[in-house]
Amino acid sequence: MTDHPILAVEALDLRYGRLLALSGVSLRVAEGERVALLGHNGAGKSTLFKAILGFLRPAAGRLAVAGHAPGTDAARRAVNYLPETVAFPRSLTGTEVMRYFSGLRGAGRGDIARLLERVGLAEAAHRPVGGYSKGMRQRLGLAQALIGAPRLLLLDEPTSGLDPISRGEFYGVVAEAAGRGCAVLLSSHGLEEIEHRTDRVAILSKGRLVADGPLDDLASRAALPATIRVTAQDGQADLLQERIGGTRFNGCRLDLSCPPEGTLKLVAELAGLPQLVRDVDLHRPGLADLYRHYSDLAAEEVQP
Amino acid sequence: MIARLLTIAAQEFRLARRNLWVVLATLALAAFALALGFLGAGQGAALKADVLSLTAASLSTLSVYLIPLIALLMSYDALSGEVERGTLALTLATPARRWELFAAKFLAQAVAVGVAIALGFAIAGAAIGATYGVSAAGLVAWGRLVGSGLVLGAVFVAVGLSLSAAAGRTATAAAYAIGCWLILVVLYDLALLGGVIAAGDGVFTTDIFPWLVLANPADAFRLYNLAGFEAAPVSGIDGLARSLPFSAQLPLAVLGLWLAVPVAVGMRLTARIVP
Repeated sequence: MTDHPILAVEALDLRYGRLLALSGVSLRVAEGERVALLGHNGAGKSTLFKAILGFLRPAAGRLAVAGHAPGTDAARRAVNYLPETVAFPRSLTGTEVMRYFSGLRGAGRGDIARLLERVGLAEAAHRPVGGYSKGMRQRLGLAQALIGAPRLLLLDEPTSGLDPISRGEFYGVVAEAAGRGCAVLLSSHGLEEIEHRTDRVAILSKGRLVADGPLDDLASRAALPATIRVTAQDGQADLLQERIGGTRFNGCRLDLSCPPEGTLKLVAELAGLPQLVRDVDLHRPGLADLYRHYSDLAAEEVQP
Repeated sequence: MIARLLTIAAQEFRLARRNLWVVLATLALAAFALALGFLGAGQGAALKADVLSLTAASLSTLSVYLIPLIALLMSYDALSGEVERGTLALTLATPARRWELFAAKFLAQAVAVGVAIALGFAIAGAAIGATYGVSAAGLVAWGRLVGSGLVLGAVFVAVGLSLSAAAGRTATAAAYAIGCWLILVVLYDLALLGGVIAAGDGVFTTDIFPWLVLANPADAFRLYNLAGFEAAPVSGIDGLARSLPFSAQLPLAVLGLWLAVPVAVGMRLTARIVP
């Protein structure tokens, strides 16, 4: 991270009437960095995006896009946006939609064909958007967001409804933009999707930022226990539970929860009990568990 | 600024054309004008007026219903629909100013309604003129009708866009637009007539009523057209308004005011939209 991030959010509070939608959110995105913003529905992701675009006024805190206040000309020129749901007019062609946004951004029309080609819409460029599939409309949205070489890309759940292959291509285009120095902030529902595709993960829960860091750091910080599922030899389950503890399942199985650094020792111990143990299965915590851990952490904190 | 304005206006006009609004409105206006012209032609001899003048007079009464309806139907969805579809957020994320957005949409839709009025009435006027002949007075009356019709269309486009900005949702905007049409075009006149009947020759009828008639943009349009035409068979509120105590140009000024105020209010409301 540099000292001059493209996006700087500091201690941001934002209210909808009496509801505090964002509370003390601080987040930075540097040039060329891809940050995933995760959170449940209603966690405040879209609200944060609208604040960055200058549509919503913060109650407290500071926001800067390339050093400029949101909504100012300089900030608007720096940021391009793809909303969660966008339906371009059905009677316009892909090229016409691109011409419209190029005109508003003061970008020449020379790039339109190249951008449409890059997102795989070259052949459909002159067909009405009404005939596009959902994936094609989403790709047109991405092409639109790339007009004029933006310095900050805001993508609000850009891949919802896309098939896995389209998703991969989508992230490929995003990576290219980041490679050119564009800062990318994209929101998503799940960690599985953004693994290996973003540099950093920020998790928003009930309007508060509960985690911010590379995925590996978040995983080691959470230190989630591994689950070891042990199958006992016939009739030995009671004896096994007496020896090693754990929770019983259907007569012959035991679940053991174990801190990450203790798994090897425990597995070795189990291997030394062939008369009691028939099989051992090790479950490392997955990304979904990690996400749940950070989200639940926030839920516990706000409970009285 | 001009480039952005033209970009938005060009797209808006293209949409009006592709959605067949312009074609349908042109056909509707031409059909009504032709029907009035040819079905009412018999009255011409009795009233010692040429058919074109006569049709212009009766058409001004019909246009009061049609033109506001067409303009409101075209404009009510223009901002609220974009909020719902998510495209307004995209447009406002660009350097486009909100007043530019409103102004461009207003320009494009006023032109779209204007093209429909000019074309529709030109087709009908040409057919009537070719069949029954053309007089100088008839041409002037027709020109006044088309010219003031363009202004009336623009007024209700501005009103419709303002309602669209105020509503935020398409369904609400549709309700506002229908309500606005009912109140300004239908109920307002009924209420005034009721007032006149109740007041008899009292102060309301002599001093207040004429100004209330003038204050409504639809009535102002009708007054402007009928004031320049002596032989028109008029009844109801038009007949009562015939001997109004002000200049024949004043209704035009009222229409101008009705154009300026909704445009200004609409720009304020557009500035407050959260997309």
